[in-house]
Amino acid sequence: MPAGTNASTAPRADSAAGAGRDAYRALVVRRQLILAALSLALFASLCVDLALGPARFGLGEVIAALFTPDDVSQQARVILWEIRMPVALMALTVGASLSVAGAQMQTILSNPLASPFTLGISAGASFGAALALAFGVVLVPAAVDYMVPINAFVMAMLTAFAIHALSMRRGVTIETIVLLGIAMVFIFNALMALIQFFASQQAVSAVVFWTMGSLTKATWPKLWIALGVLAVVMPLLARHGWALTAMRLGDAKAESLGVRPRALRLEVLVLVSLLAAIAVAFVGTIGFIGLVGPHIARLLLGEDQRFFLPGAALCGALILSIGSVLSKVLIPGTVIPIGIITSLVGIPFFLFLVLSNKKASW
Amino acid sequence: MVTLTLDGLSARYGRRRILSEVTTPPLAGGQVVAVLGPNAAGKSTLFRRIFGLLDGGGTVRLEGAASERPVAYMPQDTGANAVLTVYESVLLARMQGRRLNVQREDLAEVDRALEALGIAALGERDIGDLSGGQRQMVSAAQALVQNPEVLLLDEPTSALDLHRQIQLLSILRRLAKERGMLVIAALHDLGHALRFTDQALVLRHGELIACGPTEEVVTPELLHRVYRVTARIERCSRGRPQLIVEEAV
Repeated sequence: MPAGTNASTAPRADSAAGAGRDAYRALVVRRQLILAALSLALFASLCVDLALGPARFGLGEVIAALFTPDDVSQQARVILWEIRMPVALMALTVGASLSVAGAQMQTILSNPLASPFTLGISAGASFGAALALAFGVVLVPAAVDYMVPINAFVMAMLTAFAIHALSMRRGVTIETIVLLGIAMVFIFNALMALIQFFASQQAVSAVVFWTMGSLTKATWPKLWIALGVLAVVMPLLARHGWALTAMRLGDAKAESLGVRPRALRLEVLVLVSLLAAIAVAFVGTIGFIGLVGPHIARLLLGEDQRFFLPGAALCGALILSIGSVLSKVLIPGTVIPIGIITSLVGIPFFLFLVLSNKKASW
Repeated sequence: MVTLTLDGLSARYGRRRILSEVTTPPLAGGQVVAVLGPNAAGKSTLFRRIFGLLDGGGTVRLEGAASERPVAYMPQDTGANAVLTVYESVLLARMQGRRLNVQREDLAEVDRALEALGIAALGERDIGDLSGGQRQMVSAAQALVQNPEVLLLDEPTSALDLHRQIQLLSILRRLAKERGMLVIAALHDLGHALRFTDQALVLRHGELIACGPTEEVVTPELLHRVYRVTARIERCSRGRPQLIVEEAV
């Protein structure tokens, strides 16, 4: 381009242009502040979550145990670090994973209803878990502790790959992919009913409890696996930040900006299926987070992926962490399965947010 | 200066041939080229083929390009309702293929594109709140912000009011001259084509049936043959060719 290319427009641009630039910078600062506020809220929720349980601790004691563990009693250290920390951090990790998975499914499929739950990935996981719990069917040989999660993971990934394989066929649109996911949900629901029909009473109870979702089985090794997958997938998604944002403008527009929608959609589907499968495998089905976490992030931060992606992760983590707190305090002495809490408490909150928001969020 | 030459360009959708052996002389930067033709003549396919979104026979030869991504393409589709402001959606177009960090010059380019098209005041509006015409202007800004050397515009004025049509085409003509940019635009208004474009390519049933200076190409005979209308072309008091359409045949 010639050197003087923009010379003629530059003087005019500088007058109004400065205003556009300044307004945009203010928007960026506002979003950074929202992300910071979400991070603070998340830390506060984590502390409260750690403080609650059969043995109660003050927040000061929890913070001391976090930053200067030598200053608190050994009993507090063991309870907080060995028992509660994996559960509390698993809530954050699973919440973030499901929310990011839902956010990117909604993005690449241009559908506000897309989530690991509605695409059948959670239902696939439940079926895999039910096979192990009801009949002891093991899809991949593994240690007893990991039998159920591995079954759930394998079925979730098989579901995801079935959707991928079908979506590769010529003429398959994004609407078809969503329909395929919904078909998967119905198929697995029918199969689950079949398992429950033939299984013993005790096995049915175990299956039902698993499908409610529970954080109580979290351990440090399981947490490291879930956290590791999240840590690998997040930068891979962030790398496509601009392209993913462009996907929300529709395939034709994205293509015109140099994005290859089909290839990107497949890559992202594989990545987020992995995220969702790992999360669901360890804690059971928690359907609400993957749908709502992204919508709350979108309301707060818009759809520029540089803010939307971390925002969705933070919102999902925060919702599940608060859910974990509520599961302990709603009925003293009882930990209600987390999946029930997130739906019962979260959905009214979500409806309030959507209905009170005057601007279109989709 | 950039030069674009199409050589035997073809494209198919399945078994259906949409574009047949389109060959043009070198189209040099600094001018506006109209792509004319009735509905389903292959205009959009030609753009998609030039931009590399469709495979097919023939070659697109681009010579003298200085940048890494010299071609920008504005499709007819102006995009879905993402939760983005106009400013963000134009920045997004600028940032494709670049790092996540937005530099000062990226913002300057966005400002320049919005200002050049006279839509700087829309910057903070959500794209979902825009009218069809405003969306089309934003779409043009998304193409322009990429600082292309070849700008492909598929019916850029279809949703614009008369004022905006004249404004956009005047701006494109000026930018083509100033920046040495080659602007290729599909147009349905032949009056606009006569007034604002230097060259015209006329497509019918996927074949290039005329190519050359617009005033020489757009003739009553061509209008009769391609558009099935009877028309006259007369010069106004300022010497500009004016198209007067009489009736459809």
